[in-house]
Amino acid sequence: MAVLLLAEVTDGALALDATAKAVTAAAKLGDVTVLAAGASAAAAGEEAAKIAGVAKVLVAEDASLGHRLAEPTAALIASLASDYEHIVAPATTDAKNVLPRVAALLDVMVISDVSGVVDGNTFERPIYAGNAVQTVKSNDAKKVISFRTSTFDAAGDGGSASVETISAAENPGLSEWVEDKVAASDRPELTSAGVVVSGGRGVGSEEDFKLIEGLADKLGAAVGASRAAVDSGYAPNDWQVGQTGKVVAPELYVAIGISGAIQHLAGMKDSKIIVAINKDEEAPIFQVADYGLVADLFDAVPELMEKL
Amino acid sequence: MKVLVPVKRVIDYNVKVRVKADGSGVDLANVKMSMNPFDEIAVEEAIRLKEAGKADEIVVVSIGVKQAQETLRTALAMGADRAILVVAADDVHTDIEPLAVAKILAKVVEEEQPGLVLAGKQAIDNDMNATGQMLSALLGWSQGTFASELDIDGDNAVVTREVDGGLQTIKVKMPAIVTVDLRLNEPRYASLPNIMKAKKKPLDEKTADDYGVDVSPRLEIISTTEPAARAAGIIVGSVDELVGKLKEAGAV
Ligand SMILES: Cc1cc2nc3c(=O)[nH]c(=O)nc-3n(C[C@H](O)[C@H](O)[C@H](O)COP(=O)(O)OP(=O)(O)OC[C@H]3O[C@@H](n4cnc5c(N)ncnc54)[C@H](O)[C@@H]3O)c2cc1C
Ligand SMILES: Nc1ncnc2c1ncn2[C@@H]1O[C@H](COP(=O)(O)O)[C@@H](O)[C@H]1O
Repeated sequence: MAVLLLAEVTDGALALDATAKAVTAAAKLGDVTVLAAGASAAAAGEEAAKIAGVAKVLVAEDASLGHRLAEPTAALIASLASDYEHIVAPATTDAKNVLPRVAALLDVMVISDVSGVVDGNTFERPIYAGNAVQTVKSNDAKKVISFRTSTFDAAGDGGSASVETISAAENPGLSEWVEDKVAASDRPELTSAGVVVSGGRGVGSEEDFKLIEGLADKLGAAVGASRAAVDSGYAPNDWQVGQTGKVVAPELYVAIGISGAIQHLAGMKDSKIIVAINKDEEAPIFQVADYGLVADLFDAVPELMEKL
Repeated sequence: MKVLVPVKRVIDYNVKVRVKADGSGVDLANVKMSMNPFDEIAVEEAIRLKEAGKADEIVVVSIGVKQAQETLRTALAMGADRAILVVAADDVHTDIEPLAVAKILAKVVEEEQPGLVLAGKQAIDNDMNATGQMLSALLGWSQGTFASELDIDGDNAVVTREVDGGLQTIKVKMPAIVTVDLRLNEPRYASLPNIMKAKKKPLDEKTADDYGVDVSPRLEIISTTEPAARAAGIIVGSVDELVGKLKEAGAV
């Protein structure tokens, strides 16, 4: 049985970690063919060919596939679908934009954010912000699935898949790209970082969020934020961790000035070690924390930086 | 331009979800239900478009159990003009899948001919994040998902989207499906006089059969379980103790 995996390609570059984690999940289903699509995607395809467990790589380069617009990408995948029983991708915002569209074109349900593979038809996925886990069995002939990357280990390298060039499908011409606002950062990427330091509304301002960033840099960590911190303008949207933000499961997650609403916990409660610093001893974050410190963050964080 | 807003009745986001002991699902009997938070944002955006003279009618539609009437009344009280309830289930525990919802919505779109559909990005019960994209595929319309800014300009809409890398702005052809994210706006509360007025606004009742859509699920639910619980942690007395514990655990 064959699996088509949409690689995460951004501006010609492969997001190796997300793609390799999806390969691990996809390999449980059958032979994995990776699709690298973009305005430029050849280099990403070559890189994907080296991921262990990848049988074949398809490279589709076309201007219409740049900037990850949903309509041309979904049209391409749907045109390839007859050869595959499973069509999968890492559960990134790009995949969540494209895969449901693919599924509807094929008249099948999409299975979003899968956290476990039971067999080729049966999958586990969190629902209700991770407060329940549902096991579902698909009765569709084709399965369209996004995999929650935080629950799968990345496949290693050492693969040597063949690479084939294919052409794009006809561009429906429904949308066009205008601009990206992406902040460049030297910090590790949030969803693949080993350590994440997150700040919440308790941090109080954009200036004081530098404190959180300082601790993160000290620990070589990525920076995260609660929705309240993002809504208040202390942190950019792509730092949001939670039900509707990113899902992370690092070795160490440090939550500072975050109360621990279920929507936030949904994005981090699978972290290996959780540290919470909050001045309210009743804060629900302490219920999931391995180590809780009841303290004012403006005292505790500088002291922590000094002693680490 | 007419704007269609699909609104879903879901468990209130403040309620602590309880998984039923027999693994058959989540307990929804006697639990507070509300409009999906993202859909409140979609309704609000539609009202703002109307206030700005860019929309002239707002139709809200909900698919599910009869009780979804209350959700529609809430949307009417916020400022929607008209509502359509599509009864597709009798048991509050039956969730209609995004594919079936999208098929019904596609029929409603055919009938109503809106220029824009504003949906939520995700329902907070099934967390699927799929219906808008699916509807867009079925209609062959453009899609602008996860919108944090929306600007309608004649035949096009400019949509700023919240994506993993930051923000992406795209221009989509109208008619379009836009799914809204949390930071698009802050929804208003319905005032008491508007709640009273909403009772008189039209609410049409239909069934899935009226639209000829088969809503039987493609995904069979085998079981619903509690997530693995975390082992209890400890409260440390000082930063020194915290650093000590983290070193012991090899975390720093
Ligand atoms: C549909 C929906 C989706 C959502 N999705 C997300 C999501 O993806 N991610 C997310 O995070 N939230 C999400 N939320 C929001 C969530 O419900 C909470 O509102 C949010 O997580 C609260 O953020 P917070 O903990 O930073 O703020 P608060 O709840 O205000 O907590 C601030 C905390 O800081 C502490 N504090 C204050 N000052 C200090 C100090 N000096 N020192 C130490 N501690 C201090 C306080 O004791 C308090 O516990 C969502 C909500 C909805 C409705
Ligand atoms: N049963 C429903 N009735 C009305 N709208 C719905 C329904 N299900 C989903 N939607 C719409 O689709 C959005 C995304 O839902 P979902 O794809 O289930 O995550 C919601 O925010 C609603 O706008």
